[in-house]
Amino acid sequence: MTTAFRLPKGGRIDRTKPIVVRFNGREVPAFQGDTAASALLANGIHFVGRSFKYHRPRGIMSHGSEEPNALLDVDRGGNRREPNNRATVVEAFDGLALKSQNHWPSLTFDVGEINDRLGAIFVAGFYYKTFMWPPKFWTSVYEPIIRRAAGLGQAPTAPDPDRYAQRHAHAEVLVVGAGPAGIAAALVASEDPNKRVILCDEQAEPGGALLHDVTSEIDGVPTSAWVKAAIETLDARENVTILPRTTAFGYFNHNHVALAERITDHLRVPLTGLPRERLWQVRAGRVILATGAHERPLVFADNDRPGIMLAESLRCFVNRYAVLPGRQIVIATTGASAYRAAIDLKAAGASVTVVDLRLEGDCGTELVAAVHAGVEVLTNHTVIGSHGRQRVTGLIVAKLDGNGAVGAPRVLACDCAGMSGGWTPAVHLFSQSRGKLRFDSGLDAFVPGASVQAETSAGSCRGVYDLAATIADGAKAAGGSRAVAASPTYTSFQPARIMPAPPGQKPVKAFVDFQNDVTAKDIKLAVAEGFTSIEHVKRYTTTGMATDQGKTSNMNALGLLAGQLATEIPAVGTTTFRLPYTPVTFGTFAGPNRGDLFDPARVTPIHDWAVANGAKFEDVGLWKRAWYFPARDETMHQAVARETKAVRTSAGIFDASTLGKIEVTGADAAEFMNRIYTNAWTKLEVGRCRYGLMLKEDGYVFDDGVAARLSPTLFHVTTTTGGAPRVLAHMEDFLQTEWPDLKVFLTSITEQWAVIAVQGRRAREMIAPLIEDIALDDAAFPHMAVRTGHIAGVPCRLFRVSFTGELGFEINVPADYGQAVWEAVYESGRRFDVTPYGTEAMHVLRAEKGYIIVGQETDGTVTPDDLGLSGLVGKAKRDFVGKRSLVRPDVVATGRKQLVGLRTGDLSLILDEGAQIVADPNQTVPMKMIGHVTSSYMSANIGRSIALALVVDGRRRMNERLHVTTPNGFAQATVVEPVFLDPEGVRLHA
Amino acid sequence: MLLIECPHCGPRAEIEFRCGGEAHIARPADPSALDDNAWAEFLFYRSSPKGVHAERWNHAHGCQRWFNALRDTMSDRILATYPAGAARPNITTIEAAR
Ligand SMILES: [Zn+2]
Repeated sequence: MTTAFRLPKGGRIDRTKPIVVRFNGREVPAFQGDTAASALLANGIHFVGRSFKYHRPRGIMSHGSEEPNALLDVDRGGNRREPNNRATVVEAFDGLALKSQNHWPSLTFDVGEINDRLGAIFVAGFYYKTFMWPPKFWTSVYEPIIRRAAGLGQAPTAPDPDRYAQRHAHAEVLVVGAGPAGIAAALVASEDPNKRVILCDEQAEPGGALLHDVTSEIDGVPTSAWVKAAIETLDARENVTILPRTTAFGYFNHNHVALAERITDHLRVPLTGLPRERLWQVRAGRVILATGAHERPLVFADNDRPGIMLAESLRCFVNRYAVLPGRQIVIATTGASAYRAAIDLKAAGASVTVVDLRLEGDCGTELVAAVHAGVEVLTNHTVIGSHGRQRVTGLIVAKLDGNGAVGAPRVLACDCAGMSGGWTPAVHLFSQSRGKLRFDSGLDAFVPGASVQAETSAGSCRGVYDLAATIADGAKAAGGSRAVAASPTYTSFQPARIMPAPPGQKPVKAFVDFQNDVTAKDIKLAVAEGFTSIEHVKRYTTTGMATDQGKTSNMNALGLLAGQLATEIPAVGTTTFRLPYTPVTFGTFAGPNRGDLFDPARVTPIHDWAVANGAKFEDVGLWKRAWYFPARDETMHQAVARETKAVRTSAGIFDASTLGKIEVTGADAAEFMNRIYTNAWTKLEVGRCRYGLMLKEDGYVFDDGVAARLSPTLFHVTTTTGGAPRVLAHMEDFLQTEWPDLKVFLTSITEQWAVIAVQGRRAREMIAPLIEDIALDDAAFPHMAVRTGHIAGVPCRLFRVSFTGELGFEINVPADYGQAVWEAVYESGRRFDVTPYGTEAMHVLRAEKGYIIVGQETDGTVTPDDLGLSGLVGKAKRDFVGKRSLVRPDVVATGRKQLVGLRTGDLSLILDEGAQIVADPNQTVPMKMIGHVTSSYMSANIGRSIALALVVDGRRRMNERLHVTTPNGFAQATVVEPVFLDPEGVRLHA
Repeated sequence: MLLIECPHCGPRAEIEFRCGGEAHIARPADPSALDDNAWAEFLFYRSSPKGVHAERWNHAHGCQRWFNALRDTMSDRILATYPAGAARPNITTIEAAR
């Protein structure tokens, strides 16, 4: 293998830096500045992959991000392997390892190539037609086979070793694309030093198409010199940020544009600490789109052979990378721009023939120039096929007669071919910005119509192709003007949807969408089968649906469809362009949000003690909560049994700091509480607590909790752990928008107070030695009372409340003292063998008492009466949030699900939470389901399993035997009151 | 992502806000006086116009205050924002906003 196709001079490669990349294990010598594609072509390698469906040999077709064929597996070392990289945009460095994809066992001998002969199976809509029966074969047999055979590369399995960054930026002007239009726009926009200008471009260096234009001049200097001077000017301006290797891939509302900057992929050894990629979220005052245009392939039989490339790409490889893609080149075209490629290739030493569909009289000055340069030109000729399997060996061409009939075919031998079917403006981002496209028949293209956002398109992305005009257009887009003299550009073309072929040509594969293997015949078939909408044809044939988003294929597909429907392209319309413009890594989107940073973790002030004492934790929202405290090698079941028994026999201690806490203060605090909760608050004495239910306006339970009145104008409200933010938001909403006249302030104090629950008949004795300024006896400090004072010298709000049914206190202390007070209380309780318990034991203890948990016994469709809590609804109150809804017809109707207890026939059976309940297990399927299990536990205190459930008319079904689904069939359960222990509440007053 | 002008804080990214649905639907002074249909109308019925829509927004990760916005549901352009309690600006068409 030699770099036989590298020209001795020229190009933008750095010949002082030779490198070696590997392709399928073979050494490929190259230079710094090469892409994977140019390195391969310099070594005569065109055949680099197999196509998606038919496994046909494919080569490098383009020179940029529109590449549909040359998708490679790229290994940058150190678990940095990634499939499906376009060879044309991967920058080469020493040691880069490339592999071809979608073949087995090897690139040159691929079993899947049989698909090419079985083409009839893979016609348009084959997903819907083939492999349809029997249905279960789809997932077990057909899909796995299809996925393996028709696919892209192998996903990496090792964790991504790289780091990804994200940042936000603001700019007065964002210019997308650093070709001539974008550079001109940035120059004008940044003249005002107070305007921040960001210029981004997907390529490694700015210049766009000028990077491969070695013949044009701008104001008397070569284009490369013009670009260099312009970039130096921009670089010197402090208000300009130039972002190379940065793709604007998404255009969102209000000029929010997302950019993906590739920072290290081109480096052999990235500097330590550099992120691989950076997501920029730019908010721009004005966006100037200068995104260029894509060349169209020609549709003819076997137009996909390795060595058949876009004409402009031939020009790029020869001029920018000093690579001759072939020595004997035939360029098929329907327009003028390909002649520039022909002339440049000829100048580099290739023998070149141009085959032009146009009549000689329709050609412009390009024809004379090409002939003068020694290029052979055949006008009024079509291409009807190609020869060669793993590399093109010839194009089959034919002259057209005066009536357009195809003459006798002849073969033009070649080792490389170009094709040019005209140009398609890259309107992707404009379309994403919701701008409406307009079809310009003169340009045979959709161009931007009226802008919807503060956006302007400039240059060839709106069909302005002439170099001087492009620069003027860019300057104008930035609100200025710049008149330059530049070499003329060959721009005109005569659109051909499909190259004329002789009638009765045997079935051929003339590719429209190369990446998804969609042929002209597929589109014809779709129309024949009745599809007329472009959106339907796209999905049926999958044209334009590959990762290249049909950059090279869409206009040919639209043109073919319009032809089949005997209508015009504007009547067919175009499909919607969606982000991302080019594929973006998951890492860029994820940024730093992985591992420990995936979600913030909230921990309580007592967290460290729980960790030190062996707690197992569970996630409750963002909170890490102690779940249970296993002693030695206890199972969870054993630990929970021990913890729950300890609370009922002596005392337990529980970290309740995650409880949501809100202070409601102000002259109208009591009135506000009255309106927000179902029960009455105005008459609640200072020093007393009350359990409250909160409804949404629809009458369904929204949250619950205990609130304490600390002064006539101060309530300390608690909410569920998960409900704290939404309860505060709910309160604020009503306070601000419905009752702005109320003098109330709401303050979240969840993080300010640690909460230590001490529960059990020894609770009072445990805390008594630590408290001097609060009388703790039952008369002075009854159940549902609150006192302020000190515990272990720390100020506290002491609640006498219970979520276990035992005598209990909840000690609120400032968070910073939480662990110290916890340790003091725990130490004091050791003489009673106080047991720390976790959330699982808490759940069991409250279920034994039938205390609900909002979100477990409720699901947003449960009323207070459904829960048996209608006693908490203040009937005498004129109004509160949700009151009116409690008399809606459906809420007062019978047949609602009501909270009940369930006792299983099998004492040890723990029902599944969420399990469905039926009255008759022998009824026909589908059965009538009358409820579901909401909570279910093993209760060590009761000596059997217990469950809570919502059951239709549950309170009228006491002692009825129902049937609950289990993984092993139905289980019997008897309906009971939802209180399993101490229904009289004696223990609360121990 | 929308750029929303909080009347109290200035322009901020949408990610800081929470949308609260249609604006200018006052809670009835005496809900018990409403029949079932009228109450259902208040509770559930909302307009979904093609064009200018008045919406409640809360600057949840900012000043936490509720305000109202007029948004063109076709283009997502925000035509005006104004504090809760203020009268709806007299903009009924997108053209009028220009
Ligand atoms: Zn604000």
